[in-house]
Amino acid sequence: MLGVKKGSAGKCGNNVRSDCFVEIELTKGKGIKSSLQSKVNSMYGQDINDLIITMCDFFEIKHAEILVEDNGALPFTLAARFEAAYKKLRPDDTREFLPSMNKNNYYLTQKDRMRRSRLYLPGNEPKFYTNAGLHKPDGIILDLEDSVSPSEKDSARYLVRNALCSVDFYGAERMVRINQLPMGLNDLKFVVPHNVHVILIPKCESSITVKDVEEEINMIKAMNNISAEIYLMPIIESALGVVKSYEIAAASDKVCALAVGLEDYTADLGVERTNEGRESLYARSAIVNAAKAAGVQAIDTVFSDVNDMEGLRASVLEAKSLGFEGKGCIHPRQIQVVHDAFAPSEKEIEKAKKIVLAFSEAEKNGLGVVSLGSKMIDAPVVKRAQHTIELAILNSLLDKNWNK
Amino acid sequence: MKMIKNSLNRFIPERINGQKQIPFKGVDKFISRGRIVNPPIRTCSEYPADGNKVVKSLKDALKKAGLKDGMTISTHHHLRNGDQLTNILFDTIHSMGVKNIRWFPSASFPCHSYLIRYLRDGTIHHIEGSMNGPLGKFTTEGKMKGVGILRSHGGRYQSIQDGEVHIDIAVIAAPTADPFGNANGVNGKSACGGLGFALADSEYADKVIVVTDNLVPFPCVPWQIQGNNVDYVVQVDSLGDSSKIVSGTTEMTKSPDRLLIAEYIAKFMDEVGIVKDGFSYQAGAGGTNLAVILFLKEIMKAKGIKARFIRGGSTKYLVELMQEGLTDYILDGQTFDLDGVRSMRDNPNHVMTSPFTSYNYHGKGNFASMVDAAILGATEVDVNFNANVVSHSDGYLLHGIGGWQNCLYSKCTIIAVPSFRDRIPVILDEVTTLCGPGELIDVIVTERGIAINPKRKDLLNAVRNSSLPIRSIKEIQKEVYEICGGVPAKPNVNKKKVVAVVKWVDGTVIDSIYKVIT
Repeated sequence: MLGVKKGSAGKCGNNVRSDCFVEIELTKGKGIKSSLQSKVNSMYGQDINDLIITMCDFFEIKHAEILVEDNGALPFTLAARFEAAYKKLRPDDTREFLPSMNKNNYYLTQKDRMRRSRLYLPGNEPKFYTNAGLHKPDGIILDLEDSVSPSEKDSARYLVRNALCSVDFYGAERMVRINQLPMGLNDLKFVVPHNVHVILIPKCESSITVKDVEEEINMIKAMNNISAEIYLMPIIESALGVVKSYEIAAASDKVCALAVGLEDYTADLGVERTNEGRESLYARSAIVNAAKAAGVQAIDTVFSDVNDMEGLRASVLEAKSLGFEGKGCIHPRQIQVVHDAFAPSEKEIEKAKKIVLAFSEAEKNGLGVVSLGSKMIDAPVVKRAQHTIELAILNSLLDKNWNK
Repeated sequence: MKMIKNSLNRFIPERINGQKQIPFKGVDKFISRGRIVNPPIRTCSEYPADGNKVVKSLKDALKKAGLKDGMTISTHHHLRNGDQLTNILFDTIHSMGVKNIRWFPSASFPCHSYLIRYLRDGTIHHIEGSMNGPLGKFTTEGKMKGVGILRSHGGRYQSIQDGEVHIDIAVIAAPTADPFGNANGVNGKSACGGLGFALADSEYADKVIVVTDNLVPFPCVPWQIQGNNVDYVVQVDSLGDSSKIVSGTTEMTKSPDRLLIAEYIAKFMDEVGIVKDGFSYQAGAGGTNLAVILFLKEIMKAKGIKARFIRGGSTKYLVELMQEGLTDYILDGQTFDLDGVRSMRDNPNHVMTSPFTSYNYHGKGNFASMVDAAILGATEVDVNFNANVVSHSDGYLLHGIGGWQNCLYSKCTIIAVPSFRDRIPVILDEVTTLCGPGELIDVIVTERGIAINPKRKDLLNAVRNSSLPIRSIKEIQKEVYEICGGVPAKPNVNKKKVVAVVKWVDGTVIDSIYKVIT
């Protein structure tokens, strides 16, 4: 990279919103010269100029010409674009200019938490970030993989890192899909230190991949003194992956779920992906089976027609009948439909209530065995009933104080 | 320019373009007395007995109408962004060497940025109407000779009726007309729907010129404009670009955040008890507004509820609502798409009405205050529930008022706004330009929560146990300031130089717009 004088990152143009373009040219002498064009100039022009100066000080940039074309980028985006542009000139500079952590972003996750919906956000599109959590998905995925073009991979890492710090996720599980290994390993240092909850591993075909990711995470955690758990969700997207799915699901106790990605899988089989999905029935069943065998959740692929809500609903009901507990979403309006479709029926809720009540009655009486009528109830059945109750409460089908 | 303070503590000029002004005194506090103005007496014997009022050109008509320096010329926005007639009209006025015209359009569109040349050379002295896009920029940068005046549709009617604005010559673009001057907007290649906004002008102007590109033999039916009020008829090749006159379809928003706002609004209306048998509602054509109709429809169907009437702004979404038996009537003031035009023609319960059934300040009551709810947009709102619809947070004029101020009188006025746009916070401590007083605004709905005006204790009570995100306006504001990086700076303007004012529906001045320092 020696000899590179100009670095740039971000986007400009009339159709760009909530983003900016930053170009930095290192010069000899003359100090810092910056030129700012911003659609929010009268409101935040001073703040933007202050940020540029602060960042120049931070990275000890003494002489440079800096061009910023801003279409209403939020501060975390401006800083990410500036840093990405600068790092193109000085790739060996390991200092990071981090936005302060949003005070609402410190919450943790649990291995078996509800993962009915996960909303994919393209990693290099900041305009989608800020409001994603308002649509109440169970998880938000900042995607560094397929939605980011190869030339934007670097920029996207800074943006995703800053978003993890700055953007309020409103309680959604904080997920990042890294790139395929080995590139994906380099993504981890941008996200692991910033309270990421789940790492999605794309095109996973081996337990070694899972272990490599886990090892790298552990190393970064140790370096940064992080104790919070970070879970893994391998995505099976190939024929080989399906064959290895149990080994992958059981590779680490950090694996919380196994997901399936059907676009690549059907391509791998050399067949067309249909709405009925007969061509992937084997793979989906195999993955559900592998996940359950390993004691983790099974999560279905995305439904890609954002205008077909009936089709989405049918697809979720089918996934639910196969044993899946979650669905990928590519548009916020899909979330509610997914949640409704995963919601338990009235009959299921009534049955679950009886089981849970019988269980707590048995517990109160110090009985080791739970029975309902003449039937004995074993632990997995109780667990499933509790899950049903939890889902019913989440979908406002049951009052949270129903047993009081 | 001597400035005085009105009851909202906004400074306004004591005189505008030489006319003394009345500062805003509060909602319904200013009552004008006297008599509604009359047009001059005319005598039918002075008009052609055979009813043929066609003259050979627009120039000829203007000459006969006695065009001279300093007159007030009115035009209308029925042709929307496809209007070429207004531009041709001022080409003609310019060619006649006439100066200092007060242009009094019912609204302006981007196509009228052509007229900047005539604002520069003094053909037009100033605009009283709306100043959008490039015209807004021109005005806000202090380049217009006179001070602009922005009025609502109802305020425009009020100003004509109580004599605040005397129209010398009205030029009415008519998609179809006959030689007597009967005219409508529903037929012809430039068909645009109704011609309601030209009604006042046709009745009150000294001289009325109808210009058409579809001259038919008498009678032109229906006659939305009565030939008995018309002085001259001019035939031209084309009134404008028909593809820009009416959009074929109106589109609902696809933005997930706007859909969320629409969903909150429909649920809110249901929870506070507005959605009940026989209710009424003011609909519009904005993307969020259309989405509200769809969410309301789901609720109405599920509960078996039927509305008595929907006041339009009609669109295909409203038409579908009626076709599915969910409302008895559509009372239409303005038709936005071809489904609306078709329905109005075929369904007797889809009623064409004068917009001034709703927007008439000097009427004996009006429809706007009778509807149970109205949903409106805004460029900004503030923590006191005041709203701005004409300017941007950088001080530039952006939009006209349209019927917005008039619709604020509904029983429950809901402002639907995103909490921020890109990096521009929408909830401020004080709006840049105050167009709608907070006492008329009941609810502000954003994607981050629903804020209810504290004076509406009834609404606050009704949602006490709601699962909707009811929040205080300041709480939402605080969150958005944190997202955007702090409190935005105020626009950089010259407070000594007023470039335009906003009138309230009663003719008083509610706020000033200042020259932006560039």
